Amino acid sequence: MVATTIVNPKNLVYSRPKGFTDTPTHYCPGCTHGTAHRLVAEVLEEMNILDKTIGVAPVGCAVFAYNYIDTDFVEAAHGRAPAMATGIKRVFPDRVVFTYQGDGDLASIGMAETVHAAARGENITVIFINNAIYGMTGGQMAPTTLPGMKTTSSPNGRDVETQGYPIRMAEMLATLDGGGYIVRRSLHDPKNIRLAKKAIRLAFETQVHGLGFSMVELLSTCNTGWGLTPVESLTWLEEHMIPAFPLGDYKVAPSVAALKI
Amino acid sequence: MRREMWKGNEAIAEAAVRAGVEAYFGYPITPQNEVLEYMSHRLPELKRAFVQAESEPAAINMVYGAACTGARVMTSSSSPGISLMQEGLSYIAGTEVPMVLVNVMRGGPGLGNIAPSQGDYNQICKGGGHGDYHPIVLAPASIQESVDLIPVAFELAHKYRSICCLLIDGSIGQMMEPIQLPEMQPVVRKEYDWAVSGAKGRKRHVLTSIYLDVPTEEKINLRILGRWREAQANEIRFKEYFLEDAEYIVIGFGTAGRIALSAVRAARALGIKVGLFRPISVNPFPYKRVEELCKQAQSFLVVEMNTGQMLKDVQASVRNRIPIRFYGRLGGVMPFPDEFVHEMQEMIKNPGKPEDDPVELWYQRMIAR
Repeated sequence: MVATTIVNPKNLVYSRPKGFTDTPTHYCPGCTHGTAHRLVAEVLEEMNILDKTIGVAPVGCAVFAYNYIDTDFVEAAHGRAPAMATGIKRVFPDRVVFTYQGDGDLASIGMAETVHAAARGENITVIFINNAIYGMTGGQMAPTTLPGMKTTSSPNGRDVETQGYPIRMAEMLATLDGGGYIVRRSLHDPKNIRLAKKAIRLAFETQVHGLGFSMVELLSTCNTGWGLTPVESLTWLEEHMIPAFPLGDYKVAPSVAALKI
Repeated sequence: MRREMWKGNEAIAEAAVRAGVEAYFGYPITPQNEVLEYMSHRLPELKRAFVQAESEPAAINMVYGAACTGARVMTSSSSPGISLMQEGLSYIAGTEVPMVLVNVMRGGPGLGNIAPSQGDYNQICKGGGHGDYHPIVLAPASIQESVDLIPVAFELAHKYRSICCLLIDGSIGQMMEPIQLPEMQPVVRKEYDWAVSGAKGRKRHVLTSIYLDVPTEEKINLRILGRWREAQANEIRFKEYFLEDAEYIVIGFGTAGRIALSAVRAARALGIKVGLFRPISVNPFPYKRVEELCKQAQSFLVVEMNTGQMLKDVQASVRNRIPIRFYGRLGGVMPFPDEFVHEMQEMIKNPGKPEDDPVELWYQRMIAR
C-alpha cells in the first residue's frame, strides 16, 4: 500500500477528535495519559459540550492537559483542582467543569479537597489517573503505590510497616452521600478502554443532569516510572494493579442509574 | 441616608454584597467569623455563591477558580488563616486574576491570640507567598472607612487584575459603630478577554501560572510589575489631620492611627503643635508624601501595633533627614492615647538624632518596664 492511499480521506478510520488541539503531547511514548485525554475529548465532543466546558488541570504529568484538550482551561495548584473547580462551578452552575488529576495530586496533597468536594456533592467531574507513582517528579512513591513496589523513594519496595498502605479512593469516596457516580476502570486493553469511555460519558452526564459528584478512576501505566516497556506495563497493570484496585462501580446513585443515554 | 449600628465584620460583608460580590468562600477563624456567618445567609438569599470550605487552602483555591471567571469574588480570614492562604495568593497573583481579601489581624506569631494586632503588615504588603508580586493593601481605621473602601477594593482588584486586601484588625472587626452603608449596586459581570466561561463563539481562554519557557516567565513578571507600577502612580491614599501648623507628626495606620488621632487631639489641648498622617493605602505606600512632610516636621513619631513594620517604609522616605521615634505595642495589646501623648512629650524633650535606630530606643524602654 502506498502512502497516498493511506492518507486519502476516504480511507481515514481514525483522526483527531474535535476536542483535541493540533499539538503533539509531551507524554512518554507508551503512557496512557494520551488515551485518557482522548476519551475525555471524544466524550465532550459527542455530548456537544466543548464550548460550555471548563477544565481544571493538575500539577503532575498532566499539568499541560490544557495544551491538548480544546476547551477553556485553568491550571490549579498541586491538589487544589477540586477546590478551584468548586469556585468555577458555583459561579457558573450551568457550565461543565471537570478536573483531571493524578494520584499524588488527588490522593495525597489534595486528599482534603477531593473528599470535601465529594462530600458536598459538588457537581463536578473528576478524571482520576491512578498509575501508582509520581510520574513528573521522577517516579517517587505515591499514596497508591502497591506494597513491595519499588520507586525512587521506596527503593527496596514499599514497606508497609514504615510507609503504610495504598489508598483506594473510589471505595473511600463511595461511602460519602454526595457522590452520584464513582467508578474504577482501566486503560490496559481496548475492551477496558471502551468501558472507560462509557464511564467517562456517564460521569459527565451525571454532572449535566445535576446528580452530584462524579469520578472515574482510571488505572493507568507509567512505563518510564515503572522501568518497564510499554507492553510490559500493560501486562503489569492487569496482573498487579487490578487485584489491588478492583474495577467496578462503587457508587451509582439511583438517579444516575436511571439515566437513558 | 440613616445611620445604623453595625458590627465591623458584618458591615464589611454587607458592603461587599452591595458592591456586587458574586461569590464568597471562607473558613471559620476568630476574630473574622461574622463575615463568614453573615455571608452564609445573605448570599444564598440573593442566589449568589457561598461555600464554607474545608480549610483556608481550599477556600483560597475556590476563590482562585471563581476569580478566573471574572466575577467579583472574595474571602476573609485572620492571621493564621491568611498564612495558610499564601499558596493560593501567589497563584492568583501569578495568574493575574482579581480578588478581594479581608484580613482581620490578630496577635501572633503562631496561634497567638484573638486580640487586635498589626503584626501581618509585612506579610501582606511585602508578599507572603512565593515569587514577585504586590497586592494592593488598604488599611481603614473605622467601620465606616472599611465599608467605604470595599467597593474601591473590588474596583482596584479588577482594574489592576490584582489581589486587593482590606487590612484591618480584630478591634475593627468586632466593635460596633454607627455607619452609613453604601447603596446596593447591581451585579455586573464584565466580559473579560481573559476570563473562562466556556469557549462559546470565541477562542478558548486558558489561565495558568506556569511558564516553563523562562524568557516568557520574565515577561509575565514584567507585566505584573507594570500593573503594580501603575497602581503605585495612581492609587496612593492617606488622610492628614492638624498638619497645617504641625511641628511634629505622628504616623500610624489603621487602629493605631485612629488611637493616635485621639492622642493628637489631647496633645493639641496641651499646646503641642502636632498632627497626624494616616496612610490608607499601605501598599502602595505614600513614600513621596512622607518625604515632603520631612521638610515640615522636626521629628516623626511612628506608632504601630507591631515591632515597627511600617516604620521601615517611613524610614525609606525619611532617609535620616529627621529623627524618628517609634512606639509599638505587641501581641494583641492595644495602646492607649495617653501612651502616645507621653511619647510625644518625650520626643520633644529629647528629639534624638536622625541616625538613631528608633527600634533600639523603643526596645530598651520596653524591656526596662
